[in-house]
Amino acid sequence: MDRKLVVSSSPHLKTTESVQSVMIDVLVALFPAALAGVIFFGAPALITMVLTTVSAMVAEAIILRQRNIFGDGSAAVAGLLLAMVLPPTVPWWLAVIGGVTAIVIGKQVFGGIGNNIFNPALVARAILMASWATHMTTWVRPVDLATAATPLALGQRAFSFTNLFVGAVPGCIGETSAFALILGAGWLFYKGHITWRIPGGFIGTVFIMGFLFGGYGGAMAMFSAGLFHVLAGGVMLGALFMATDMVTSPVTAKGQLIFGIGCGLLTMLIRIFGAFPEGVMFAILMMNALTPLIDNKTLPRKYGEVAK
Amino acid sequence: MSFKTFKGGVHPGDFKSATEKKPVVPAKPPAVAIIPLSQHIGAPCEPLVAVGDEVKMGQKVGDSKGFVSAPVHSSVSGKVIKIEMCNSALGRPVQAVYIENDFQDTWHEDVVPNPNWQQLEIDELKKLIREGGIVGMGGATFPTHVKVSPPPGQVIEYVLVNAAECEPYLTADHRAMLERPEDIIVGLQIVMKVVNAPKGMIGIEDNKPDAVEALKKAAANFPNIEVHALHTKYPQGAEKQLIKVFTNREVPSGGLPSMVGCVVQNPGTCIAIADMVRFGKPLIERNVTITGSGIMEPKNMLVRVGTPLEEVIEQCGGFKSNIRKMVLGGPMMGFSQPGPENQPVTKGTSGILCLTDQEVQLYDIRQCIKCAKCVDVCPVSIMPLFIGSSVEQGMYDKAEAYNAMDCIECGCCTYICPSRRPLVQWIRMSKGDIAARRAAAAAKK
Repeated sequence: MDRKLVVSSSPHLKTTESVQSVMIDVLVALFPAALAGVIFFGAPALITMVLTTVSAMVAEAIILRQRNIFGDGSAAVAGLLLAMVLPPTVPWWLAVIGGVTAIVIGKQVFGGIGNNIFNPALVARAILMASWATHMTTWVRPVDLATAATPLALGQRAFSFTNLFVGAVPGCIGETSAFALILGAGWLFYKGHITWRIPGGFIGTVFIMGFLFGGYGGAMAMFSAGLFHVLAGGVMLGALFMATDMVTSPVTAKGQLIFGIGCGLLTMLIRIFGAFPEGVMFAILMMNALTPLIDNKTLPRKYGEVAK
Repeated sequence: MSFKTFKGGVHPGDFKSATEKKPVVPAKPPAVAIIPLSQHIGAPCEPLVAVGDEVKMGQKVGDSKGFVSAPVHSSVSGKVIKIEMCNSALGRPVQAVYIENDFQDTWHEDVVPNPNWQQLEIDELKKLIREGGIVGMGGATFPTHVKVSPPPGQVIEYVLVNAAECEPYLTADHRAMLERPEDIIVGLQIVMKVVNAPKGMIGIEDNKPDAVEALKKAAANFPNIEVHALHTKYPQGAEKQLIKVFTNREVPSGGLPSMVGCVVQNPGTCIAIADMVRFGKPLIERNVTITGSGIMEPKNMLVRVGTPLEEVIEQCGGFKSNIRKMVLGGPMMGFSQPGPENQPVTKGTSGILCLTDQEVQLYDIRQCIKCAKCVDVCPVSIMPLFIGSSVEQGMYDKAEAYNAMDCIECGCCTYICPSRRPLVQWIRMSKGDIAARRAAAAAKK
């Protein structure tokens, strides 16, 4: 026969998923929350999202010397996630610097995708926060965009749980609507890209600590406090989309649970005892640092492990 | 009673519709039978015949003095025309006896039925199994007489028949279950007698409900034999996973199923055992599934050992013009071949899978994104991503520390990896290095 046959190692069947398809799934999952951000905060939110996403993609395309600006989609995801954790009214140049920083310092200096230790969007946010604290802590309320304080600053009684759940409260572009975030995350659960371990550990721990420390006067008040801490601020976004970032979270089952619980614990310690009203960003960054150690200490028992 | 499934595994899809309803048809006997002298794990055989000898069907043409070995037999009657190297599935050339077929199909005198087979002693049965050249027909080709001779002191409680056929595309065992279910039960009974096991269990994936029915009917009068439908998931037919699902025991790392009281057999092997013990017929033919979108007429065929692959392919209408890969075995663990030339169907050839351009992609290897999908799907709970990256950097001792030697090479990790990393290939590479270092360390002692 005249055709040359391909000889390669088994398996000869492969999934149709690729890094790019996974990243596109994440973008799809972020869409409801991004839409909610635009509905609540209008044009400034949309502009910020476009600027962070495009600047991230361009930065990565230049560094990796790739013609295709979308590439494997990971830069777009990092850029969009950054916008989700920015106040809607940040200046355009801050958004651009943020997008570039996320890719350059958050990812490429480590050796590119798969090698970074810290969540790139959160690295950028931390740098922006340290450099331009005023811009990064100026909040507006939905629709009329008048300056306002966030739920975490004002406390439990300022907003109804309905508003907190739907997201009609001041905050970062993508963090306010628990409803939109859960809807989008459902797509990631369905595709098998995330499991309950990290979000469950994170949200569960936040709830329990809010329950124990946040409320006074009976079970109902304690329950409300727990729920408030879950819905207010960046816990839902952090637990469902940031902490679950594959590259920077553990690969073992036990490790993922520990990671989620650790994020929740640190978030609440910062919220209750620390100077900042919100602790999600620092909590996740600190747990990112612990991920390699957690992985090493939680390696699963192999099949047929002979007990020593 | 329903059994839970095992940890991990993937669902690559069946791909069995092309052949699962097609009855087995006999392949035409070959003009020249190529009988390799090694079709099994263990010591290769020495030829017992010389060029020019007349041989009969079922005659032993090769044997070995090693314990872990099995003789090989001629599948035709005719004349030995040469003893030369032929190609094999693993890529190494093997010595083979080439026999020109006289198309008389004259059986050898030693092939006589045993009407009193049910009164035969265990040692006599083991001798028959060995003399019949019977090896594991699931693909591993381990000599069956060795498998049914566990070390003294190891009590066997279960004989498990691995009728899962979890590999996509393959339907050879499925058809055997539909067409010869009673013979599978006879073979199972014989094995149970030889290893003195009180219970036999047959595991079939639930994507084959007709086979479950057929075997339940065949086993109905045997209270010590049970037939169970198992959840369809690859690799349910992996021996270690089958044992875990049926008995909730784990074969110790580096050990054998007999250490946890189990002996596992393929249904085709059971049929071969039944044929040898009852009729004196050695292993000279087997069911093969020829399938894939790269073959003109997918079929299940009963093919004589030694039939050149080219002749089998021709009898299925030949390759399509866009054929790109030919795999012997299933798509998850089979071996891709550079071509069908000078290579026969052997005792372990369960399938010839023909894949086309659209199904064969050459991928770029990307960075590991630590998605942990490989960790989630691994049926033996090792860490494919860490073993892979260790091998990528040449750090074989780290690969050993991450349990590379426990890998069953099922391919689930490589199947699921979005970065298209060749994990199983890297793990295989490390196994060779690790085994060599362990052997060198043992030699020093």
